[in-house]
Amino acid sequence: MTEMSSENFLQVIKEAKEARNWNAFSQYIAYFEYLGLDVQEKEGEIICTLPKNKKFIGNPVLPALHGGIVGAFLESTALVHMMATQEMTQLPKIINITVEYLRSAKLEDTYAAAVFTKTGARVVNMRVRAWQGDRNKPIATASANFLVS
Amino acid sequence: MAEGFDISQIQGIIDAGIPQCRDIGVKVLELQDSGVTMSVPYDEKFAGNPVSGVLHGGIITTLIDSASGMCIYVKLKKYIPIATLDLRIDYLKPATPHEELRAFAECYRLTKQIAFVRAVAYHTDRNDPIANSVSTFMMQSTKSKPLNKQTVDAGDKS
Repeated sequence: MTEMSSENFLQVIKEAKEARNWNAFSQYIAYFEYLGLDVQEKEGEIICTLPKNKKFIGNPVLPALHGGIVGAFLESTALVHMMATQEMTQLPKIINITVEYLRSAKLEDTYAAAVFTKTGARVVNMRVRAWQGDRNKPIATASANFLVS
Repeated sequence: MAEGFDISQIQGIIDAGIPQCRDIGVKVLELQDSGVTMSVPYDEKFAGNPVSGVLHGGIITTLIDSASGMCIYVKLKKYIPIATLDLRIDYLKPATPHEELRAFAECYRLTKQIAFVRAVAYHTDRNDPIANSVSTFMMQSTKSKPLNKQTVDAGDKS
């Protein structure tokens, strides 16, 4: 799906938003498909799921998911949240992300949700939290800045 | 060259025991006390931008996290369980589609409990980076056996 114009992709995002079909994003973003990213709206909140998959293991002994995959999932959740909730005139570009690893991520389904800390005209700052069984025991959090214009 | 480490041995451990690194094609290029270099090939299925085909930041994160952890083992000259505490990545410019991505990581401060690492991701020139990273790792994070003693069993399970 690399032969796509920027206008076409923004149109896809717009249509997905109108239909509230959040999984449409994964059909166009190859890496989301690799992650198996599932996006659902629950009680007005966008929640992403990273399905349990052995290919994501980084520590075979515990076993635990790779830190890179956890970081990638948090970054992806931030982008999904922005695409689902903001009016966009161009694709947001990530400036930086800081991931805090709080607990080892078990070989289980992992969930994440993002919130805006500030939506500026040029830069959007977001916090993302990921958890497994218990939402009050986050496995990782992240703070990320995106350039939006 | 760090004592007891060679590239093919480490590559074998990665391929047998670290499914995520094997899955995205992580290769070990250099293992020096002063830093390690690893690479990942370009693959369309890891694109994050359907318009440009540029790799998703997640692939860069995984490569940098892997190289950052490995440079601690090389500096220590042994394997002990470590865990990433935090990792910051600044995306300096987009990766070029269809080009191999490399990461160079160096542990610039090592204490009993914490290791401090910096890393860059680039295509061919370390002085022209795509991403810059700083991270910290907790030493002896679990009581489990070192990685080179477990991968035989673990490889079977994965």
